[in-house]
Amino acid sequence: MAVDRGGAHGPLVELTLARLRQFVREPEAIFWTFAFPILMAVAMTVAFPNRAAAPVRVVVADGDGGPDAAAAMRRALTATPAITLRTLAPGAEARALREGEVHLIVVPGTPPTYRYDPSRDESRVARLVVDDVLQRGAGRSDPWQARDETLQVPGSRYVDWLLPGLIGMTIMGTGMWGLGFSITQARMQHLLKRFLASPMQRRDYLAAQLLARMVFLAPEVAIPLGFGVIALGMPVHGSVAAITVVSAAGALAFGAIGLLAASRARTIEGISGVLNVVMLPMWMLSGVFFSSANYPAAAQPAIRLLPLTALVDALRVVVLDGSGLGAVVPELAVLVAWTVFGFAAALRLFRWR
Amino acid sequence: MNNGWAVRCERLVKRYGDLVAVNGLSFAVPRGECFGLLGPNGAGKTTTIEVLEGLLAPDDGLVELLGLTWASHERELRQRLGIQLQETQLSEKLTVRETLRLFRSFYTRGPSVDDLLARVDLTSKDASWVGKLSGGQKQRLSVACALAGDPDLLFLDEPTTGLDPQSRRQLWDLLRAYQAGGGTILLTTHYMDEAQLLCDRVAIVDRGRVIAIDTPAALIAAHGAPRVVAPEGSLEDVFVALTGRHLREE
Ligand SMILES: Nc1ncnc2c1ncn2[C@@H]1O[C@H](COP(=O)(O)OP(=O)(O)OP(=O)(O)O)[C@@H](O)[C@H]1O
Ligand SMILES: [Mg+2]
Repeated sequence: MAVDRGGAHGPLVELTLARLRQFVREPEAIFWTFAFPILMAVAMTVAFPNRAAAPVRVVVADGDGGPDAAAAMRRALTATPAITLRTLAPGAEARALREGEVHLIVVPGTPPTYRYDPSRDESRVARLVVDDVLQRGAGRSDPWQARDETLQVPGSRYVDWLLPGLIGMTIMGTGMWGLGFSITQARMQHLLKRFLASPMQRRDYLAAQLLARMVFLAPEVAIPLGFGVIALGMPVHGSVAAITVVSAAGALAFGAIGLLAASRARTIEGISGVLNVVMLPMWMLSGVFFSSANYPAAAQPAIRLLPLTALVDALRVVVLDGSGLGAVVPELAVLVAWTVFGFAAALRLFRWR
Repeated sequence: MNNGWAVRCERLVKRYGDLVAVNGLSFAVPRGECFGLLGPNGAGKTTTIEVLEGLLAPDDGLVELLGLTWASHERELRQRLGIQLQETQLSEKLTVRETLRLFRSFYTRGPSVDDLLARVDLTSKDASWVGKLSGGQKQRLSVACALAGDPDLLFLDEPTTGLDPQSRRQLWDLLRAYQAGGGTILLTTHYMDEAQLLCDRVAIVDRGRVIAIDTPAALIAAHGAPRVVAPEGSLEDVFVALTGRHLREE
C-alpha cells in the first residue's frame, strides 16, 4: 500500500539522500575521502618500487695493501651486478652504515676485513655476496655450481601485506570520522531534536547514516587496490565479490561503531577525543603495519575480536590468497557482531537533544 | 465537550535540579484558536511548550493534546502535530526543496512539496541552499517544515524573533491562513503587538506560573490602564500592572 509522501521518497531514502548531498557539497570532506587513499598509494609506490632485488651497496676502504690493492679489489667487485660500489669521504663510514647508505665496508688485506652491522639483513647479504666474489677471485674452486630455480611467490612482499591493512584502516577512519562529525554537528544544530519532534523513526535516521556511508566505499577500496596492482605489481587473487562483501562488512561494522561513538557527544572536541580513544588501540594492535603475532599469546583472542583485526585479516586472506568467503567466516562473524552491537547500543544510548 | 480541546494541561511541573522552571501551570486551548504564551526571558515558556510537545517529561501534571496523551498515542500525535523549535538550525547545504522533501517524507499525509513552497512564498527560492536564505526566509522554511504533515495543532516557539517588520507580517499572514483552514496554534512571543494582533487568547506566564489568561482586549480592559507604551493600553501595561516588571527585561 502506497503511503502519501507528497512526492517525496520514503524517510529512509530521503534521510540517506540528505546525508549524501551534504557530504558531496562539503569539498573538504570529499577531498580527504578520495585524496587519502591516493596519497597513501603514491607514498607506497615511492617507498616500495616494483623491481628485482636491489644490489648491495659496498665501500672499499684503503687498507694495508695501499691504493693498488684497493683498486684491484674494486675492479673485481664492479664486475658483479649484485654489487654497487660507493665511495665515502674519510671518517664518514660509521654514519653511512647507520643510515643504510652502504651495507658493507671492505678493507683489503690478506685476509680482507668486513665491517658491517650483522643485525641488518642487507649487511649480512652483502657480506656473503662480497665474500663469494673475493674467494673465487682468490682461486677458490667450487665443487659444483648450483642451479637456481627462482620462484615469484605472489603477495609475499611487505608492501603486498601492508596494502590490505591500509585499506582496512581507511575504511575504519572514513566510517568513524564521517559519521561521528556529521552526527555531532546535527546535534549541536539542534537538528536531531527537531527530527525527534517529527514522526521520523529513530532507527531510520541511524540506518540512513550507515547507508550513506556505504555509497563511497567502492572508490575507497578500488583506488588503493588498483594502485597496488598497476604501480606495485601486486597480485590480487580474490574475486571482486569476496572483496566487496568483506569491505562492506567492515564498513558497516565501523559505521555502527561510529554511530555508537557519536551517540552522546555534544561537541566536536568531545567526539574527536572519543574517536581517538576508540581507534588508537586498533591502530596499534590490529596488525596494520606489523603482524599482531608480535603481541603475547594471551592477548591474541582479544586482538582477534577487534573489528579492525577481523577486517584486515579477512582482506588479506581474500585479496592475497584468493580464498572465497568460506575462509573468512570467523572474521565476518566478528564484523557482523560489531555491526549489530554498535547499532543496537547506539539506538538505546543516542542523545537526540 | 472534551473533544473540543486541542491542548489541555493541568498543574504542569518541570524542575531542573533546584530550579523550578514550570511551577503548576494549567491552561486549555480549544480547537481552532490561536493561543499565545507571553512572558519575560526565563519565564518557562519554552520548557512548557517542550513538555507539551512530548520532548521533555514533566515532573508532575497532565498533558492532553487533541484528546490524546503521549503515553498512549505517541505515534499518532507525532503525525498530527506541527512543531517549530526555538533554536533549530536546518542543514545549510540542503536546498529549500530538499529540506521540505525530507520533512514531508516523515508524514503519511499532507500537502505536496510544491504546495508547501507556495504557502510560505519560497517557490522562487526552492533551489537555494538553506545557508543562503535570509532570516525571515529561514523562519518561513522552518514553519513550512512544521506544516509538512498538515497538522491539526501547530506549536511555534518565538517564530518571529529577530525578523524585520515585513518578514513578521508575512509570517502572520501564513499563520492566519493556517488558522482559517481550521488549524489550532500555540505560540510564544515577546512581541505584544504580535500577541494582540494574532492571538485569540493569551496566557501571561511569570516564574513558571500563569498569572493571567484571557483575550488581549479583556486583559487590557481589566489591568491595562494606559500608562506605559501605547496610549490606548497594551499587554505590556497588563504585565507591568500584574508584576511590577516589564515583559522584556532591559
Ligand atoms: N536544560 C536546562 N537545564 C537547566 N535549566 C534550564 C534548562 N532549560 C531551561 N532552564 C531554565 O529554566 C527556566 C525557564 O527556561 P525557558 O527556556 O523555559 O524560558 P523561556 O520563557 O522560554 O525564556 P526565553 O524567553 O528566553 O526563551 C530558565 O530559568 C532557564 O534557565
Ligand atoms: Mg524560550
